[in-house]
Amino acid sequence: MEEIVQSFFNAEIAQAAMPIVLAGLLNTVLLSLLVVPLGLIGGLILALLAQVKGPLVRWALISWVDFFRAFPPLVLLILLFAGLPFAGLELSGFACVAIAFFLNTGAYYGEILRAGIDSIPRGQVEAARSTGLSGLQTMTWVVLPQAVRNVLPDLLSNTLEVVKLTSLGSVVAVPELLFQARQAQSVTYNPTPIVMAAVIYFLILWPVVRLLSRLENRASAGRA
Amino acid sequence: MSAWDRFLKTFFNTEVMAKYLPDILQGMVVTIELALLIVVSGIGAGLVLALIRSLAIRPVNWLIIFVVDLFRSLPPLVIIVLIYFGLPAAGISASAFVSTWLSLSLVLMSFAEEIFWAGITSISRGQWEAARSTGLSFGQTLFNVILPQALRLTVAPLTNRTIAITKGTALGTVVALHEILGMASSAVSNSYNPSPLMMAAAAYLVLFLPVVVGARWIEARFAWKR
Repeated sequence: MEEIVQSFFNAEIAQAAMPIVLAGLLNTVLLSLLVVPLGLIGGLILALLAQVKGPLVRWALISWVDFFRAFPPLVLLILLFAGLPFAGLELSGFACVAIAFFLNTGAYYGEILRAGIDSIPRGQVEAARSTGLSGLQTMTWVVLPQAVRNVLPDLLSNTLEVVKLTSLGSVVAVPELLFQARQAQSVTYNPTPIVMAAVIYFLILWPVVRLLSRLENRASAGRA
Repeated sequence: MSAWDRFLKTFFNTEVMAKYLPDILQGMVVTIELALLIVVSGIGAGLVLALIRSLAIRPVNWLIIFVVDLFRSLPPLVIIVLIYFGLPAAGISASAFVSTWLSLSLVLMSFAEEIFWAGITSISRGQWEAARSTGLSFGQTLFNVILPQALRLTVAPLTNRTIAITKGTALGTVVALHEILGMASSAVSNSYNPSPLMMAAAAYLVLFLPVVVGARWIEARFAWKR
């Protein structure tokens, strides 16, 4: 027991590692604030493109989305980070994370937003257009606000996954929470900093998970 | 040599590809084994937890909810690193394969439990009461009345979640698991050529694209037939 406490919950090491781990937490927050909007923008572009009818656009979009659903985000990240330099394009780990998230999470957000837009009855668009709103105004002020509300639990659930996914940044040396914790671990030869990182992730994301559970249960209770 | 030729020679170098093809294939075998194990143990454990939860024993349910919440909150990579680098300090050493399998199974178990539970609770109370009043036992009601309906609802979300989590086998690379990405990465540093990475990318698509396309079909098939 003593040994386990010494290894996993070592107070001395926790104290020494705290500033390093907290710096990582700050970077994780900043990284999330960058990649979530980036993914949403990518998703919005895809969802709007999906409104263009026509078999060519449809197939192109389905292929695009399926490609990124099949492709592990880590492989995409490594491909950008380790592959592009051979083409003479050397990007920082940070830039690679931004691009990979734009592509990968954009595909997921796109599917969700498209489902949201599809859930708005056609009559609403016709009504809005006949009051004199332009196509763009109709989308911005009538369709999207309702669409987003209809798929809010899914958007939130995906955002949770995106925030968790920022831990991949550690593989390409972006100094986020997990990277910093592993640095501290390799210096101290003690896993306490990784336990600290896990506790921090849990404390921050647990309320989101609880909220999602409640939203899901409410949705399924409403159906019955 | 034209720019195009140079591009081909760099990213699709046939010599390098031929040399490392056996490595990538070996990595594919590891990825397939791992993915299948994760699907079986993750979904199996998730279903068992959801069934235990339906017994409505309070302290047990609190424990289940806590465990499920825990593994839904933690990034899978953090769990893998914690198990791989942490457990040896507790005197238990887990191989890269076992660490990745255990981590991703726990994550899939948690998401699966939530999905199964949502399916079970979506069947209206009246069905339970009707089944019980015809003389069926609790177990018979659960297995013959509730589950067949509930499982139908879970197919689409469960498929999507399972794909998203089993793709995570690539995370094993971080703890030096010799799956596709790990094999490709070491081939790149040995050959100083990115062609093995392109092969790895293709290998993942060969494995997962049919599953994603299949999932799309399943989603369309099960979506509105409630």
